[in-house]
Amino acid sequence: MSFNLTSALTIYRNELLRFLRTVFGSLISPVLTTCLYFIVFGAAIGGRMDQVGGVDYGAFIVPGLLLLTMLSESTSNASFGIYMPRFTGSIYELLSAPVGVAETLVGFVGAAVTKSLILALIILTTATFFVDYQIAHPVFAFFYILLVASAFSLLGFILGLWADGFEKLQMVPLLILTPLTFLGGTFYSIDMLAEPWRTVALFNPIVYLVSGLRWTFYGQADVDIATATGLTVGFLILCVAVITVIFHTGWRLRE
Amino acid sequence: MKSSLPAPNDGRVETILDIRGLTKTYPGRGSAPPVDALKNVDLTIRKGEIFALLGPNGAGKTTLIGAVCGMVRPTSGSIHAFGLDMKHDWRTMRARIGLVPQEMSVDIFEKVHRSVAYSRGLFGRKADPARIEEVLRTLSLWDKRDSQLRALSGGMKRRVLIAKALAHDPDLLFLDEPTAGVDVELRRDMWNTIDKLREQGVTVILTTHYIEEAEEMADRVGVINKGRILLVDDKDAIMGRLGRTEAEFTLSQPLASLPASLSDLPVTLENDGRTIAFRGGDGSGLGKEQVAALAQTLVRENIGYTAIDQRESSLEDIFVKLVEEEGATS
Ligand SMILES: Nc1ncnc2c1ncn2[C@@H]1O[C@H](COP(=O)(O)OP(=O)(O)OP(=O)(O)O)[C@@H](O)[C@H]1O
Ligand SMILES: [Mg+2]
Repeated sequence: MSFNLTSALTIYRNELLRFLRTVFGSLISPVLTTCLYFIVFGAAIGGRMDQVGGVDYGAFIVPGLLLLTMLSESTSNASFGIYMPRFTGSIYELLSAPVGVAETLVGFVGAAVTKSLILALIILTTATFFVDYQIAHPVFAFFYILLVASAFSLLGFILGLWADGFEKLQMVPLLILTPLTFLGGTFYSIDMLAEPWRTVALFNPIVYLVSGLRWTFYGQADVDIATATGLTVGFLILCVAVITVIFHTGWRLRE
Repeated sequence: MKSSLPAPNDGRVETILDIRGLTKTYPGRGSAPPVDALKNVDLTIRKGEIFALLGPNGAGKTTLIGAVCGMVRPTSGSIHAFGLDMKHDWRTMRARIGLVPQEMSVDIFEKVHRSVAYSRGLFGRKADPARIEEVLRTLSLWDKRDSQLRALSGGMKRRVLIAKALAHDPDLLFLDEPTAGVDVELRRDMWNTIDKLREQGVTVILTTHYIEEAEEMADRVGVINKGRILLVDDKDAIMGRLGRTEAEFTLSQPLASLPASLSDLPVTLENDGRTIAFRGGDGSGLGKEQVAALAQTLVRENIGYTAIDQRESSLEDIFVKLVEEEGATS
């Protein structure tokens, strides 16, 4: 199996440059939203809340909020990245180029992941203005964020291939990801829930993602880190497999 | 002005593209039935030639190009280019093929220079600013290199598409209707550009609706209709076979018989001697010359006429004729 490094890097660079072209718009909205959450939940409400598992409420919600933004931004960035060329027709160039699934993923998904990491850094920096927090396992946290960004950028890529209109493109993040994230323990520990909701919550995969990230921050969480990591890796592999099948059958790409 | 097909050395012509039994059926969607866009197409393209694929709307030209370039998955058949089988060596193959699409499909917020440089990288070639500059200058785009594509005129956008296709120095170039919707001047430009490419040894396959265009540029012409290649031949041979001029002279006085001086022209006396009809020519201007000569002869012979009605056979006529011929032989 061969890999065309020049092609992959060209796509990657092109996608990042496209991001820079609209850097203000791409960053301002997620950062503003996160600030609002911190002001409302961190400063205003957080002051009246008890600690959760020995962590101040304001600090407790940092990983959840980070994840909330990461999931929606990774998904929508990657989905737009591949949907736009399909929409304008410029995808012909990609299809006629000597690139396969590997180069395309490194290029498009790699760029989406990079954008998400930049965004994560900005959000974590912004958070320091509102709350005091520490990261117990910074290296772990970095890899975990990288993993989540990759998995959901891959999901976004699939979404961008599947969608045949802008509506569908926004549907999945809006109607599935955001509700699941809100219900997934972004602003609370699922221990706070009464049965049967606690058990129901465990069927929400986002609960594991939030818990995993929270563990890297505070060394404790609802679900153990191994389960969370395993689930995310599994999800990532599933996405890669789906994309590989899509490329080999040409679904939504080749007539 | 035009150089002809490179002389085949040792009597053999090298094949650059070989298509065998290519069939493409687009699946039906909803109530729409499946479409047989290509039906068992065989086509061989020679290295260094300019090949024109001539056919009406919906003939399957774009589908044929798509099958070679990777936009369309063939239903069956084989495609070899540069001696490589597309099934296995598609990467190597594609790196050497360039495509100018029929539709204007570009990121319009992109700048000209970056868009062209991107294409080169995408095809796996190392960045080469000097080469990009050369391509842009050849296509008179250098002055526009920092403009966004949306700020360019349609003709210039089309040139950008050509620049993008040339950025990785392909050996085989597909141009899908390069002159659709461009003005006469740009059309001339385009023809010159294609001539230059031929001099550099690039093999060019272009599609067109226009006989004149095939006539002006191509070494060989293939006629395609309803997914079938009806014939492939040297341009001159095809024009001789297909091109027809028809002219009718309405005479002031009915004539009993044709004068002997017209015997070597393809003319007949019709309509009870009131019309002289000319049917002939070879599609390369001979017919028009002969009609002009005929008019002069009539004047010399003192045969008066009140009207001349002249027309060149259209692509439509040609297809009808070819289909009839095909029906007769099979
Ligand atoms: N994606 C598609 N799905 C279904 N049918 C298609 C598709 N693309 C083309 N066709 C059909 O296949 C046939 C050949 O189309 P194609 O675009 O190859 O023709 P063409 O010779 O390029 O025509 P034109 O001169 O108008 O560009 C037409 O009947 C067309 O309707
Ligand atoms: Mg076409």
